[in-house]
Amino acid sequence: MGYRKVAIVGAGLTKFVRRAQETGPELSYLSSKMALDSAGLKLKDVDMITLGTAPDAFDGVHMKGEYLLSGAGGNNKPYIRNFVGGGTGVFAPIHGWMHVASGACDVCMVVAEEKMSSCHPHPQGAFLTIFDHTTEQPLNPTLIWIFALEMRRYMETYGLTSEDIARVAVKNKKNAMDHPSSQVAGNFSVDDILNSEMLAEPVHRLDISPASDGAATVILASEHVAKRLTDKPVWIDGVGWNLDTSYWATKDLYYPRYVEKAARMAYDMAGIKEPSKEIHIAEPYDPFDYKELHHMEGLLLCERGQAAKLTADGYTARDGNMPVCPSGGALGVGNPIAATGLMKVIEIYLQLKGEAGKRQVPGNPKVGVAQAWGDLMQVGTVTVLRR
Amino acid sequence: MSIENVPVKGLNSAEYDQALKVTCQPDLQYNWDNGIGIGKYLQGLKNGVILASVCEKCGRIMLPARSFCELCFRPVDDYTPVQDSGVINTFAICHVNWDASRLKPEEPRHLPAVIEIDGASPGMGIMHILGNIKPEDIKIGMKVKAVWKPESEREGSITDIRFFEPI
Repeated sequence: MGYRKVAIVGAGLTKFVRRAQETGPELSYLSSKMALDSAGLKLKDVDMITLGTAPDAFDGVHMKGEYLLSGAGGNNKPYIRNFVGGGTGVFAPIHGWMHVASGACDVCMVVAEEKMSSCHPHPQGAFLTIFDHTTEQPLNPTLIWIFALEMRRYMETYGLTSEDIARVAVKNKKNAMDHPSSQVAGNFSVDDILNSEMLAEPVHRLDISPASDGAATVILASEHVAKRLTDKPVWIDGVGWNLDTSYWATKDLYYPRYVEKAARMAYDMAGIKEPSKEIHIAEPYDPFDYKELHHMEGLLLCERGQAAKLTADGYTARDGNMPVCPSGGALGVGNPIAATGLMKVIEIYLQLKGEAGKRQVPGNPKVGVAQAWGDLMQVGTVTVLRR
Repeated sequence: MSIENVPVKGLNSAEYDQALKVTCQPDLQYNWDNGIGIGKYLQGLKNGVILASVCEKCGRIMLPARSFCELCFRPVDDYTPVQDSGVINTFAICHVNWDASRLKPEEPRHLPAVIEIDGASPGMGIMHILGNIKPEDIKIGMKVKAVWKPESEREGSITDIRFFEPI
């Protein structure tokens, strides 16, 4: 197809913390300045900007794109906000890719920000209005309901135990000990996860990623610009996104078919026929530990129902055959929603460049996939990177 | 690029309490119209009936009721009563409120479930809550039936069904 090649040429990331002293624009500035510096570019070199950030209700600011404009470097430039709920962080670079691949510009900055701590008593409350106002909200739902419902359906379908699921949290929180942005890294045992507070059976507190503040930025460039800037461009080789029905209770929750559709779109573009063999490293979205397994299956990285066994066997460890969430993921690094997805793209970028430091996976990976997910368990966003 | 030096000052609880900040507590109210399809659905509930929409093109009998088929992208052909019973597709036992505050030990646990309603197309579930059952006895695949409010108390709301109980 007639797309121009698009490379990532720079990246920046803030620490992820429970409560940042910095405002949203300040967080956005910090990651964006770092990304520009890493690319050797100035703001004046950036043609266009796209910003991803999740619901306005977190910040309590209605025009969140405009609120974050200054920190995202958007003054007097073609600037736009994008949003697909929890899938935003991986959609943001897809949106940036559209800007460059289409020929609309040569350099696009992609910023993702979330500041959840402004919302009281807990940002979880901001999710109330994602449920249908007439047929669901009168039942007093809470966000954890839908994850508990989906997790149980997934576990029941394949006969998985709570231990099978908790191993993901153990792995990711340990991986995150090597990530300088981490909020909730640590050495935990499966028992630690299972002995943490039961919130909504089968979901324990440590099965869930934390609420976080943070920002991330990448710089995208067209081929001729990228080759001037770096000897080691990392290409966005495929992109895909897909939304399933908002009547979420009418689909079987055991399998994220929308993630598969998004993945197939991205793999087709990248010429990937056998994802489980051709992809070397993956960063699926892991806001809950079972979601990593669910998403590995949706991304066609393994057979349905096999992700838990692969995790138990060490296949997805940082030194395993296919490292999954070597960053530490949302469960370890933290989960400022949109910034988390872009953090995952940045992790693949760094791993493919061989610049992931203590987190570097062995085997010289060439192809990686990042994925995010959200809304009413209905959106999949997928980006394939190749060096 | 190195992200070894990542700024941002995380505040602990004591620092956060002392930090200068501004508080806003807007008291907004929204009145959501029922619309055409859900309006029929709510009227059905008031009458003690679960109404589904019928699309004769794809053959689906859809819940909740809707005025257009989102797949065939055409108006639905009819609204038809389905049964007020179904099968538990999945469920949860929830110990927290909507704002993440914890239920008190003596408060009953919240028991949300996805229930596939009998008479609708396969897989057509709705979210509702379970009752008259011990949490530890709930199983996926269990048959359940709606427990309605008395007719005089029904107001055209999803809560006109108090909960679903085992058959």
